[in-house]
Amino acid sequence: MTEEIIIAGFGGQGVLSMGKILAYSGIMQDQEVSWMPSYGPEMRGGTANVTVILSDERISSPVINEFDTAIILNQQSMDKFEKSVKPGGLLLYDPNGITKHPTRKDIQIYQVEAAEESAKTESGKTFNMIVLGAFLKLKPIVKMDNVIKGLKKSLPTRHHNLIPINEQAITKGMEVVKKYS
Amino acid sequence: MAKELRLMKGNEAIAEAAIRAGADGYFGYPITPQSEVLEYLMAQKPYERTGMVVLQAESEVAAINMVYGGAACGKKVMTSSSSPGISLKQEGISYMAGAELPCLILNVVRGGPGLGTIQPSQSDYNQSVKGGGHGDYKLVVLAPASVQEMYDFVEKGFALSFKYRTPCLVLADGIIGQMMEKVELSDEKPRWTQEEVIKNSPWATTGKTANRERNIITSLNLESSVQEEHNIHLQKKYKKMEEDVMCEELNCDDAEYLFVAFGSASRICQKAMDVARAKGIKVGLVRPITLSPFPNKILRKYADKVKGMLSVEMNAGQMVEDIRLATQFRTKVEHFGRMGGIIPTPSEVVQALEQKIIGG
Amino acid sequence: MAELTFDQIAKEENLVYKKTSLLTDKAMSYCPGCGHGTAHRILMEVIDEMGYQDKTIGVAPVGCSVLAYEFMNIDVQQAAHGRAPALATAIKRLNPNHFVFTYQGDGDLAAIGTAETIHSINRGENFLIVFINNGIYGMTGGQMAPTTLPNMKASTCPYGRDTSIMGNPLKITELIATLPGAYYVTRQSVHTPAAVRKAKKALKNAFDYQLNRKLGTCFVEIVSNCNSGWKMTPVQANKWMEENMFPFYPLGDIKVPQ
Repeated sequence: MTEEIIIAGFGGQGVLSMGKILAYSGIMQDQEVSWMPSYGPEMRGGTANVTVILSDERISSPVINEFDTAIILNQQSMDKFEKSVKPGGLLLYDPNGITKHPTRKDIQIYQVEAAEESAKTESGKTFNMIVLGAFLKLKPIVKMDNVIKGLKKSLPTRHHNLIPINEQAITKGMEVVKKYS
Repeated sequence: MAKELRLMKGNEAIAEAAIRAGADGYFGYPITPQSEVLEYLMAQKPYERTGMVVLQAESEVAAINMVYGGAACGKKVMTSSSSPGISLKQEGISYMAGAELPCLILNVVRGGPGLGTIQPSQSDYNQSVKGGGHGDYKLVVLAPASVQEMYDFVEKGFALSFKYRTPCLVLADGIIGQMMEKVELSDEKPRWTQEEVIKNSPWATTGKTANRERNIITSLNLESSVQEEHNIHLQKKYKKMEEDVMCEELNCDDAEYLFVAFGSASRICQKAMDVARAKGIKVGLVRPITLSPFPNKILRKYADKVKGMLSVEMNAGQMVEDIRLATQFRTKVEHFGRMGGIIPTPSEVVQALEQKIIGG
Repeated sequence: MAELTFDQIAKEENLVYKKTSLLTDKAMSYCPGCGHGTAHRILMEVIDEMGYQDKTIGVAPVGCSVLAYEFMNIDVQQAAHGRAPALATAIKRLNPNHFVFTYQGDGDLAAIGTAETIHSINRGENFLIVFINNGIYGMTGGQMAPTTLPNMKASTCPYGRDTSIMGNPLKITELIATLPGAYYVTRQSVHTPAAVRKAKKALKNAFDYQLNRKLGTCFVEIVSNCNSGWKMTPVQANKWMEENMFPFYPLGDIKVPQ
């Protein structure tokens, strides 16, 4: 099994940390992983994206131009990465702020209202975990208990009290994800 | 004991490896894309635990000269920077090569020339393997292709550097520095005691005692004949380094064509190799791990076996010259690369193989 | 009266001065009349008298004293031009029980190495900087230095230093005395026996302070001559130094521990 994923959105949406949790979850189930961010000035409030690969074999290139899954969280990223999904692949996006919806017919397209759901929560900071939940519902490539272990590894110990909230958010994402076309 | 696995950036892995390898000091200056090395060390505060000195210097120039001072005391010291900063360090590196001082230098290469771009590049290949600063000298140059190798090459690099008493350069790039991968951590080794330092490096300035002559660390020889003798000694040492060549050969047994690539370009070539083989093209990959010493013999061996080699580099074509020399023009050798921080895609690489080597 | 032979003179009871064993027997390469030899001698005498030979690591600069290690019987590192304080920073931090000093001229310390000088002192690095200021680049043949006086001639200001074109001499010692990391800053000379005694005392103070850790940087400037570069006899050079250098670079303590 090899799953090649791009997660793309605005800086501050938790794109990089979501990728990190996913990668750590892969390690927890003995997989090979790579996490390759876009870096530089664009980190500061501009667009941010990260390529995450999970595989049972040694990973070749950490930088790729075609993806099994694209998780898209803003319009700029939609414009850039809709075309990069492999035929038969998955495009998951949050429709919030999206004006030009995806049009491809040869891929699976799903929506998750993560911004809206996140705003309903007390902390308001679980956006990326809702998205992660939606993805894992569609492609359960890592087991839930490994995600929790991955969360523990990625979060500093002082934030471990937030793990239940994140777990709830993942569950919420699994519930609210819906097919677009 | 269960192995300790961690998801780390290359820049973090090299910093963690330094602490665990028992390094005595790190001296650095911030520059993208390698600032995480200093940030990680400052967050870990090894000076409170192992006594490892970590210092943000006032410049790259000061940092490399701090490394000179520490190395001349027989200590395991290191610095890191990215291309423009490495250019600034060249004077110090030349002095260290001349004074025969071991140390570890990390270059997380970004595109140049000048201030260039902060995106990944391999355009410092020539600077790294041909000397870099003034004078006839060579470094040991290691090219990691994974975060695990960033970690492993700290201990390896220090070992080679002390073996040959010459600086060891780890030539990475923005991909290897910024990417996170799974790293298997080794157990922590204690720093050398002062007794061990004196035993391992009897030449070091550790304070002149009654039972030995004073130790002088210098690269200055005003007499030409003395300098030439020193040069001959250095050249012999560089020749001897060839016994430590490291190289990875993938799918080479049945290969009709070869990709030759180092560092992150070799990772892209692995993917390209899969794509090409799926199309029925028998291509293998030779990945030099030591760029200096260069795997001349291995490439020479393949020169009579394959129909052509494509050197894939994130630069305008630097290593390709060394491949042509190694293969003595007995097979076709061409270059494909992207510059300016652009990372070549696997499909571009396959296309280049088809056009420049197979069809060309 | 019969002439005394060497053997008759060289007797233990006639001994009035003995060269410290921390100076090697190598003939110094400095010009006759130059202050470097005396500065070397008192520095080595202090280390010898304090019994610090096996605990001292020195750093030699680029300049006339580039070969200082030829004359000093201690472990020495030779630094790239201006970088001695960077070397010393690492040496001292990695060997906190050793005594560390740099020995630098005005071009090395106050021109090309200004950043390293200021930043190492500002960090309060716990070593000694011995600064030989003779207002000229001696080794390369008498070019203008950062400390060359206004109107003073040098090969790159053959009509005298015109400050409107060439800028002003840098009083680096006064400058670094303002830094919180500077612990002891003093300006001395070695042109008379009395001055030599005072300079040696200053060096001894600096080593005493270094013994007490983490106090900060000690900085001993020695205003010296360069009769070759100044195109004078040694006697003329010392007189010129008293009349011209000392008014601009007045001797004495600039910052002393409270």
